[in-house]
Amino acid sequence: MIRFTNVTMQYPRGGIALRDVSLFVAKGEFVFFTGASGAGKSTLLKLVFMEERPTTGEVRVGGYQSREVGRGDIARLRRKLGIVFQDFRLLEDRSVEQNVAFALQVIGAPKASLRTKVGRALAQVGLSSKAASMPSELSGGERQRVAIARAIVNDPFVLIADEPTGNLDERATRGIFELLSEINARGTAVLMATHDLSLVRRAGFRTVELAGGRVVADSGDGAPLLVEEAD
Amino acid sequence: MSATRELVIGLRRTPLLSALSIVTIAFALFAFGLFGLVALNIDRALGEVEERVEVRAFLHDGTAAEARVAAMQAVSAFPEVQSVEYVSPEQALARARQELREFSDVFESDFLPAAFEVRLKPGFRDPDHVRVVATRIAALPVVEDVRYGQEWVEKFHELRNVATAAGVGLGLTFAAVAVIIIGATIRMSVLARAQEIAIMRLVGATDGYIRRPFLLDGLLKGVVGGGLALLLTWAASVAITRYLVPAHFFEPPLAAAGVAGGALIGLLGSLLAVGRHLRQV
Repeated sequence: MIRFTNVTMQYPRGGIALRDVSLFVAKGEFVFFTGASGAGKSTLLKLVFMEERPTTGEVRVGGYQSREVGRGDIARLRRKLGIVFQDFRLLEDRSVEQNVAFALQVIGAPKASLRTKVGRALAQVGLSSKAASMPSELSGGERQRVAIARAIVNDPFVLIADEPTGNLDERATRGIFELLSEINARGTAVLMATHDLSLVRRAGFRTVELAGGRVVADSGDGAPLLVEEAD
Repeated sequence: MSATRELVIGLRRTPLLSALSIVTIAFALFAFGLFGLVALNIDRALGEVEERVEVRAFLHDGTAAEARVAAMQAVSAFPEVQSVEYVSPEQALARARQELREFSDVFESDFLPAAFEVRLKPGFRDPDHVRVVATRIAALPVVEDVRYGQEWVEKFHELRNVATAAGVGLGLTFAAVAVIIIGATIRMSVLARAQEIAIMRLVGATDGYIRRPFLLDGLLKGVVGGGLALLLTWAASVAITRYLVPAHFFEPPLAAAGVAGGALIGLLGSLLAVGRHLRQV
């Protein structure tokens, strides 16, 4: 489903972010990416949603290959992905409901299904009662839930979360993690970059550790490259 | 339509910036419009002077009426010629007396020769054409002498060329300034919505979808700004007519073309600003 083959990523002015990374993520898997700041976690996730292209090697996500995709393909790929960040990235002048609906509107989703889908996503993240609230009226944990609702409203096959709990207290962190686990249990793969090692240890999911742009440990069972692709 | 909805949301989010953009566009186009107004009036004035370019052919004394009519027909048939008028000695005398009243008693009959006054079509009033026509008329047997104020025609033509070159140069400069100002204004409104654009891209909006509300925005601001500029230019022409000299205003098609030009600049400015932004993110 997601395959990195000998991926090296070098930023034009920023040196090498990833070195010869090969890994495979199966459908419905939950994978933590850990490592110190600058280890390459965010770059790895950016390669998955094709914000960046590898300098050498290849990234395949669903049916899309990094060497071949155009801008239109990337837009189509992202409609099948959900992406959340540490800083939530909500539109401050739109209500919770409008923020979630935005993800459907901009891809031209039919109006008839819009309310139902938004209502379902908000129910899933436990924010049905705050549909009309503005982001500024919410706590950090709630804001991240809105971002997650926006990410899952389109039923993605992968949810990418780059340090989603980085700005949250422990309780909110636990809540967000539980939410991501629930989403994963319904069949969506989750790729989560985090610093929070205690969370990683408790969870017991596959963990890929990065250091200096290399994969230094991967708790995934079996050598990643030996797993045949399911897509 | 979702592009219209995004446009309305954008205008509501940044009403001050939108108003500022429209006013900036209006003033940039107003400057261009004022220049256009001046250029138009100078052109009209020069055009009126140019209409006076004529070749005067004096006829031999005692030219027979048939020969005169035949010669007139021949001159009328020249492709460059707009009209030929016969001025008899009596008419020439009357005219001279009228134009130079203080010398009216000096003029006697038969003092002035009969003449053709030949006016040329627009586009043939430059020194080269005038000279060619004058030479051809001079070759007619009934014609004794030809005058056309060679020096004056040449000077005037030179002045007209300078005016045209200056007009084109200034016009291009004003247009370029307007395009740059409008482009910068639209870039500001794109940057004001950078976060929204980033989120659109994140959730899979195509470049075309992202571009659309901005193009509509640019078009709308161009039309409103262009309309305002037209109104200001019209007010200026009214003021000039009232307090300075009578001024001509643009004909309706030209005025409409001006507003359409504003819309086009708005559209192109948006296309460039958003395109540039999308390439960078």
